Amino acid sequence: MVGLLENITDENLKAELLKITDPEIPVLTVFDLGVIRKINVVDKHVNIDITPTYSGCPAMDTISMDLKVAIESLGYTANINLVLAPAWTTDWISEEGKKKLEEYGIAAPLTESLDKRALIDGEPIVKCPNCSSTNTKLVSQFGSTACKALFKCNDCLEPFDYFKCLK
Amino acid sequence: MKDQLYKYLLLLGDNSMILGHRLSELCGHGPNLETDIALTNISLDLFGQVRSYFKYAATLKEGETEDSIAFLRFERDYYNTILVEQPNKDFAHVIVRQFLFDAYHKPLLEQLMNSKDETISAIAHKSIKESKYHLRFSSEWVKRLGDGTEISHQKTQNAFNTLMPYIEELFIETPLELAMKNEGIGADLNLVKASFDKTMSDVLPSANIETSDIKLRKTNGKSGFHSEYLGFILTELQYMQRAYPDMSW
Repeated sequence: MVGLLENITDENLKAELLKITDPEIPVLTVFDLGVIRKINVVDKHVNIDITPTYSGCPAMDTISMDLKVAIESLGYTANINLVLAPAWTTDWISEEGKKKLEEYGIAAPLTESLDKRALIDGEPIVKCPNCSSTNTKLVSQFGSTACKALFKCNDCLEPFDYFKCLK
Repeated sequence: MKDQLYKYLLLLGDNSMILGHRLSELCGHGPNLETDIALTNISLDLFGQVRSYFKYAATLKEGETEDSIAFLRFERDYYNTILVEQPNKDFAHVIVRQFLFDAYHKPLLEQLMNSKDETISAIAHKSIKESKYHLRFSSEWVKRLGDGTEISHQKTQNAFNTLMPYIEELFIETPLELAMKNEGIGADLNLVKASFDKTMSDVLPSANIETSDIKLRKTNGKSGFHSEYLGFILTELQYMQRAYPDMSW
């Protein structure tokens, strides 16, 4: 994902862009999340393509606004385009992003088949981000935001969010 | 052609919008916290899809915006099916309505993924991932309620008796849908029906639900002929835009 920033020569701009995070998961930058698809800087104009995680995710509007404000604060003009294809998948969350999720207390997405098992059979495979036990239980397929499911750890008894696998 | 595509986008969007509105009525009123959150999450997904359809539609007709399409049409200009207008009578009705819609919506989106229209195909690729979660949720609940206690079974069977008649129109091809199918843009409803039937035969036996005696009804919401419910829905849905034209949050 850092590759997206390679062609930007202005270090200040680069630094500002790297500060933009998901409003619901503030430890994840938009680059960790994988929603930035293209950045094009021509003179003092920045063109960015972003893709939504979930169709109705209200965070997308906030992210677009945050990007625009950050870019314009440096004297650039900005154009943020929402592109739908190809559709976002949880595979686009960077390895570093997954690590940050775990540290923040959200279990990172598993693969699609494991996700299905976790959400249907309720077999313990999702690891508790609090105590690392796999003795966990699905409470609800739908959690606090569109991208998460709600789990509970049977060992440390803490509830936690699981970032659903989307493919 | 452009006019037909515009109308087809409304037809696709209106089902998601009216069902999304029905589900949003449950916000804070779900039977428990988890279900409340789940149903409103599904509502949010559906509204997200509607925005994509209407945003695209707005580019095809001068003077229209995503909001004007959503809020400023008259009842007869909405093309959703009668099924999604049905009220949240009890939890069984909410779940069965969702299940019948999901069983139709998922294969519909699978078809639209191959649409020649790039934007429709992109929206379908995006929405199918969400729709899979919805179907998983609603079919698990149909089984749990149908195969649960005597009372939950009876309520679920009642909900099927009330709602199942409305599935007929989902699969009756209107001239618009036929034209869109022939253009390679729209879905083939026969294939959608085959997949719907398979979901029914997979899920209903384990839910102890019997539907063979239920008589189907010829309704035609897709051409703008609605039940009384839609008027009440629109009264609430459009209130702010009618009272304060062009308002925004």
